[in-house]
Amino acid sequence: MKNQDKKNGIKAPIGGLGAGGNGAVSRRSFLQSSALAGGGMLLSFGWFTSANAAEKMGVLNLPEQQWSELAAYIKITPDNVVKILCPNPEFGQNVMTSLPMMVAEELDCDWKDVVVEMSTHDNVKYGSQFTGGSNSVRMYWKPLRNAGAAARQMLIEAAAQTWGVSASEITTKAGILSHSSGKSAKYGEMASKAATLAVPKEVKLKAPKDFSIVSHSKKNTEGVKVVTGKPLFGMDYKVDGMLIAMIQHPPAFGMKLKSFDATAAKKMPGIKDIFSFKLYDDGFVQGGFDTSTFNEMIAIVGKTTWEVMNARKKLNAQWEAAGDVKVTMNGRGGKQEVTVPGRLETTANQMEMMAEYAQKPAQQLRKDGDPETAFKNAAQIIERTYNAPFLAHNTMEPMNFFAHVQEDKALVAGPLQAPGWMEPTLVKILNLPADKIEIQMTRMGGGFGRRAYGSYVYEAARISQKMKAPIKLIYTREDDMTYGIYRPMYTATYRAALDANKNLIGFHVKGGGIPENPVHANRFPAGAVDNYLAEGWEIPSNVTIGAFRAPRSNFNAAAEQSFLDEVAEAMGKDPIAFRLDLLKRAKENPVGKNNDYDASRYIGVLELLKEKSGWGKPENAGKKRGVAAYFCHASYAGHVVDMVMRDGQPYVEQVTSAVDCGVVVNPDAARNMVQGAVVDGIGQSFYGALTHKEGVPEQSNFHNYRMIRMNEAPKKIDVHFVQNEIDPTGLGEPPFPPVFGAVANALFQTTGKRYYNQPFKVEIEKIKS
Amino acid sequence: MAKYNLKINGKTQQVDVDPSTPMLWVLRDHLNMVGTKFGCGMAQCGACTVHLDGNAVRSCSLPVSVVGKGAITTIEGLSADATHPIQKAWLEHDVAQCGYCQSGQIMSATALLKNNPKPTDADIDAAMSGNICRCGTYLRIKEAIKSVASPLTPNGGKK
Repeated sequence: MKNQDKKNGIKAPIGGLGAGGNGAVSRRSFLQSSALAGGGMLLSFGWFTSANAAEKMGVLNLPEQQWSELAAYIKITPDNVVKILCPNPEFGQNVMTSLPMMVAEELDCDWKDVVVEMSTHDNVKYGSQFTGGSNSVRMYWKPLRNAGAAARQMLIEAAAQTWGVSASEITTKAGILSHSSGKSAKYGEMASKAATLAVPKEVKLKAPKDFSIVSHSKKNTEGVKVVTGKPLFGMDYKVDGMLIAMIQHPPAFGMKLKSFDATAAKKMPGIKDIFSFKLYDDGFVQGGFDTSTFNEMIAIVGKTTWEVMNARKKLNAQWEAAGDVKVTMNGRGGKQEVTVPGRLETTANQMEMMAEYAQKPAQQLRKDGDPETAFKNAAQIIERTYNAPFLAHNTMEPMNFFAHVQEDKALVAGPLQAPGWMEPTLVKILNLPADKIEIQMTRMGGGFGRRAYGSYVYEAARISQKMKAPIKLIYTREDDMTYGIYRPMYTATYRAALDANKNLIGFHVKGGGIPENPVHANRFPAGAVDNYLAEGWEIPSNVTIGAFRAPRSNFNAAAEQSFLDEVAEAMGKDPIAFRLDLLKRAKENPVGKNNDYDASRYIGVLELLKEKSGWGKPENAGKKRGVAAYFCHASYAGHVVDMVMRDGQPYVEQVTSAVDCGVVVNPDAARNMVQGAVVDGIGQSFYGALTHKEGVPEQSNFHNYRMIRMNEAPKKIDVHFVQNEIDPTGLGEPPFPPVFGAVANALFQTTGKRYYNQPFKVEIEKIKS
Repeated sequence: MAKYNLKINGKTQQVDVDPSTPMLWVLRDHLNMVGTKFGCGMAQCGACTVHLDGNAVRSCSLPVSVVGKGAITTIEGLSADATHPIQKAWLEHDVAQCGYCQSGQIMSATALLKNNPKPTDADIDAAMSGNICRCGTYLRIKEAIKSVASPLTPNGGKK
């Protein structure tokens, strides 16, 4: 797709993230010219950032040629400023700090000399650049360290040649090259020579015990910009002559535009144009991340946000039922014709529909042993059904994107988790080659999966193309919440078969959802029970859904971990001891194949959690505690939640967390993220819900979509990491799902009642009344 | 449209806008001061918090016509180089995750401390619960506020 840039002697990153090409177009020269053509920046929207070298920001506007590029991610000035390009966009997961730390570690530079710049989108140079799936650190762990080590080796070689000594006699420390003869030089002095050398094919990486930057807490490199209110987010992006655009989407899932009269709205001050447009042309094949249920919308374009908001109120639009719509999808299941049902959904009916589907035969996802016989012979069967609603992501920064589409090229910029997935669609809808489409990623005001779905990018591009002008599309909070890519609605029924001696002899999970089945068939307790059955079913819907922090896991962990708690209780076992027994079985004598999880790491997290929470200790006997632990993505996390009644309401006062995510790159930021996941999990499980009435989302802003606030957050969240030298396995998502289960189990301890339906707050009120 | 002479961060700025225009959009669209964030547009999330004569107000719901001679302070007015004690505390506690809500959080915290230099946990909860942090950084926000409030940590932080 991308053409490798040869003109500036840029070397491909070692580590092989990209696929090289032979194209002749220089991406960089295109970018430079496009930046000029795009008009001068009205705001000093700086892509540079630094936690330490804030005073160096002035020197950062150096012309490109003064930076010597060593490997793809590293540039060094003669003054020894080390610029590290961060390949992945930042949405609060700390990659603008933690990824550069990995480069700096192997480069062996002084962190104080480092400035960080968000790289532009270029899959050849920088790999997939996808932020999601708890993948950033995991995916870049080797390539970025390789890049740092390669650049270090090139600097050593440059010094060896300059000094006429052997490279093996040169050592590095904190950005200084030294030779036993007493010669020494800063990296900056050797950088321009080093940049002319070949990138070494093989490099030696440090052992974790030798790390001096990685695993040592560093402050957020964009912290200063955050606390001083500098332009940073997509919302803050602005160029000369830029117009503001908003869209009006149908009010209900299942409806479409019938007609509209914009005569009055167009007369409003500041309005440039109002028109309807189609997102995708007829016959467009939707990729897995092109999710959008409304193909025709109205665009309102004007000079300022408030003017556009006011004109929008005068818009006279009629909507009608869309009916069933046939679309061609090329997503998870390959290319297929899909009928999106036209039904206008109401939450009560959605619940009824799910209950009805749950009774029907479902797709078998995994079977071990003979579960039918186990359940037939069981002395006791425990069966429980769990439900959870749609959730809106509600990132604090609503969706927005800048686009400047011209005849022969386009620049789009804004908050986006997955530029590589949006590019092919931009190519199609703009009819421009990929190397004429520049994608820049701003810092994101939250993502949680939402910004992996780029329909708002396409909308911005369509509007700019029509207006022949740079525009910024802004969603209001209402647009953001009612035109979302939601966490699906889920249900699952769990059954456990116990024999007369209260041994667990059979386990059955049957789950489904609108429109997605949540079941992870090969996860715990698969592998730990002789007779096991997992089944799933799905109900198609026009409600758009997508990834939401730990997709599917965020429901499964709630349901399964509550259920296991109840099974442990029925068996008369301690909930942690019960889990450890099962995991011991899975470790020593696993049932079946393809068990997704590593039982040893799972056990490690539970044991650390047990120790740090003082589980079962006499001093904690009076506490109302719930425990849960879960594996997802590639990491392990568990929580002990301490709940009290406060003003007649259950309140999570304190949480102890244990996580195994392998090597922790930036420990204090990692603790922050786990604490945030705990707060998020408590909030979502207590309050989160998006409901529908005749296809219309019933929540539209924070007055009726309750978010957790400071007074509801725990007083203390202690986070502990399993210390090991396993390559990082990801952290953004894994701590989130088990919070739901731990909260549910603490609710039982606190109130004496089991809670099966989220959001728990609604259930609590129901039970009371 | 009408002309307004606004006192913002100690400087008088003139804008010519519709009287109903909220201060949020005056700042962001007309004065290019984008530190004040748009979150909800209905005073529910606090991302747009600024000070009007020292009190925390939600600028998304404050029409420019009612500001009059009132002094507006925005995040940019605390300090441009992060030297204000609150900003330092925020950095010291590495509070931000995505960071979008933090200028609003900081403005609410600054107003709180100005009126109540030694707030209790309950005072902090009361003053800060109008500000949503979707990333869940509430504990660190509280710690940062307490570090500024506490005479034991004059440098604005522990650690």
